[in-house]
Amino acid sequence: MGERLAILTIEDLTVKIAGKKVLNGLNLEVPEGETHVLLGPNGSGKTSLIMSILGFPSCRILSGRIQFNGTDITAMPTNERARLGIGVAFQNPPPIKGVRLGDVFRHLAKGEADEIKLTRTTNIPMEFLERDLNVGFSGGELKRAEIFQLLAQRPSFAIFDEPDSGVDVENLKIIGKAISEFLKRRSGLLITHLGHILRYVRADVAHVMFYGVIACSGEPNKIFNLIMKRGYKWCEKCPKVKRIRRKR
Amino acid sequence: MPKGKKDSQKAIRKPAAFGPDLDIRGFSREAAPWPSCPVSSLPEDIAQRALSAGVRTDEVDRAGTYFQIDRSAVFKGMKKTFGGKAEILSTKDALKKYRWARNYWWKLVDANMDKYTALANLRWDQGYFIRVLKDQKIELPLQACMFISRENFNQNVHNLIIAEPGSEAQIITGCAVHPNIQSGLHVGISEFYVKKDAKLTFTMIHNWAQNFHVRPRSAALLEDGATFVSNYVCMKSVKSLQMYPVAYCKGANSRVSFNTILHGAKNSYLDVGSKVVLQGKGSRGEVIARAIATENAQIKARGLLVGENEDSRAHLECRGLLLSDQASIHAIPELVGKVEGTELSHEAAVGKIAEEQIQYLMARGFSESEAESLIIRGFMNVGTFGLPDALKEEIKKMVDASIAGAL
Repeated sequence: MGERLAILTIEDLTVKIAGKKVLNGLNLEVPEGETHVLLGPNGSGKTSLIMSILGFPSCRILSGRIQFNGTDITAMPTNERARLGIGVAFQNPPPIKGVRLGDVFRHLAKGEADEIKLTRTTNIPMEFLERDLNVGFSGGELKRAEIFQLLAQRPSFAIFDEPDSGVDVENLKIIGKAISEFLKRRSGLLITHLGHILRYVRADVAHVMFYGVIACSGEPNKIFNLIMKRGYKWCEKCPKVKRIRRKR
Repeated sequence: MPKGKKDSQKAIRKPAAFGPDLDIRGFSREAAPWPSCPVSSLPEDIAQRALSAGVRTDEVDRAGTYFQIDRSAVFKGMKKTFGGKAEILSTKDALKKYRWARNYWWKLVDANMDKYTALANLRWDQGYFIRVLKDQKIELPLQACMFISRENFNQNVHNLIIAEPGSEAQIITGCAVHPNIQSGLHVGISEFYVKKDAKLTFTMIHNWAQNFHVRPRSAALLEDGATFVSNYVCMKSVKSLQMYPVAYCKGANSRVSFNTILHGAKNSYLDVGSKVVLQGKGSRGEVIARAIATENAQIKARGLLVGENEDSRAHLECRGLLLSDQASIHAIPELVGKVEGTELSHEAAVGKIAEEQIQYLMARGFSESEAESLIIRGFMNVGTFGLPDALKEEIKKMVDASIAGAL
């Protein structure tokens, strides 16, 4: 059969962060080689889902499990998940004084990534490698540096958390092309608010989150255009979303 | 050459303004004299400990050496190729040799400030005299080691450093004890005179023992166009350390920069600060401190900037990282503006490692302890300090080893 194996499978995942339920029995499956888009209003749980996939200690798992390439990673520390092949480009990476971008790059590249090629792909000047991580970077530089690190890491599954927010036209083009090229042979999960990145990146499925679960899934352009046209307020009127809200 | 002995006898009971008060009678003044010898022939255990404080007994990459063990100046002198550029003597010899030297003696530090200065005045055990001659530029650092080889010994040194006009030099001072030594008291008076257009970089590295008490008392006077860079590194635990060196930027366009790197471990009590007094037109000052506290360490990180000239500017930056719930860091930055036009500023931050930073690095595949170590090493990164090249790598190694030990 042509059915592809799932690289990421999330079953019935319920998660609390700081005492608040942020995921509510969520199910998600990303087949190998596919790129999925995650949509949803602010506070619907998109970033919490990413934090849970990464295994941040602040995410307290109440039920469910996460499988990656057939391995149960529900209780695995973040760095081991990274080693298994989960990578992320953060939306707001923290500044870390004294730790240079080059330090992290070399750790990720393990001598196997072409430094010069990757700096060109992401338009990162070579001298940036000597700069403190995310310290004094502009919005575009932050996003490019995140993708630069991800390209060095070469994960089989890449998460991009709003790679297009706060980015100008030129940077969007660079980032879009880099992500698109990178995902050609890989799987990924993409969060976007305004969908700019979808001009460059071909996605297979889009999911819309509400109240900590995936309320609907479908063809990315169709779903995205509907949301752009009608807004999430319209989604709220959907009987399925109403049911989710009541169940919460 | 003690002066005002009577006053010092009164001051001998006077507690210091800061730091825990010590009963100085509890320490021994007994020490057999050490014979003079070539610095390269010192026993291996002493050489190793000196090296851990930045002093090389093989004198590689050094222009000259002063080595004191307990009360004895066992070696002092310039390397041949640097003879005529600077002079290194014990302070007892210097005061005998040069009548003018007394014009610099106890002039910046008050001999009766507290019981420790009084102790150094009444029971004075040498110290070094370094004079960098006029217009001489010495590329390699000069080094001095204050070594203690006897248990519970009280060592009182008084150093005099003069950088003559137009000269340029770096001095490394390393303080260390024999591996068998646990306790004692070191009092060190240092008076620095940086003359017109001279540049002096002074780096002090402390490597004491767990039950050791340390009371340095330092002051510097900067003339027109003079630059003084003072680095202080203390990565090893001590029982108590209290120092608050001051630089008087008296000359026009004089510049001072204090850089401090502290690691308080075990039960260390560190009370360390830097003072800058801006007196000259166009004088500038900078104070940078980085402190990490582990286990039960208590750290007070002080800083005082005083602006006395309309055209003067200084900045103070103090950052502390707490790596234990039992440790504490108390940052005390103070600014005193005395005239309109002086610009004084400070930033101080004390906290623990941000969880967000650890998670970020773990998502990049670093283990939790790798991430912590990377962040702390970054925090203590001394690359931006004005350290002499010969010391950069060594200090980086000391910091790395100290952090590795802390985690």
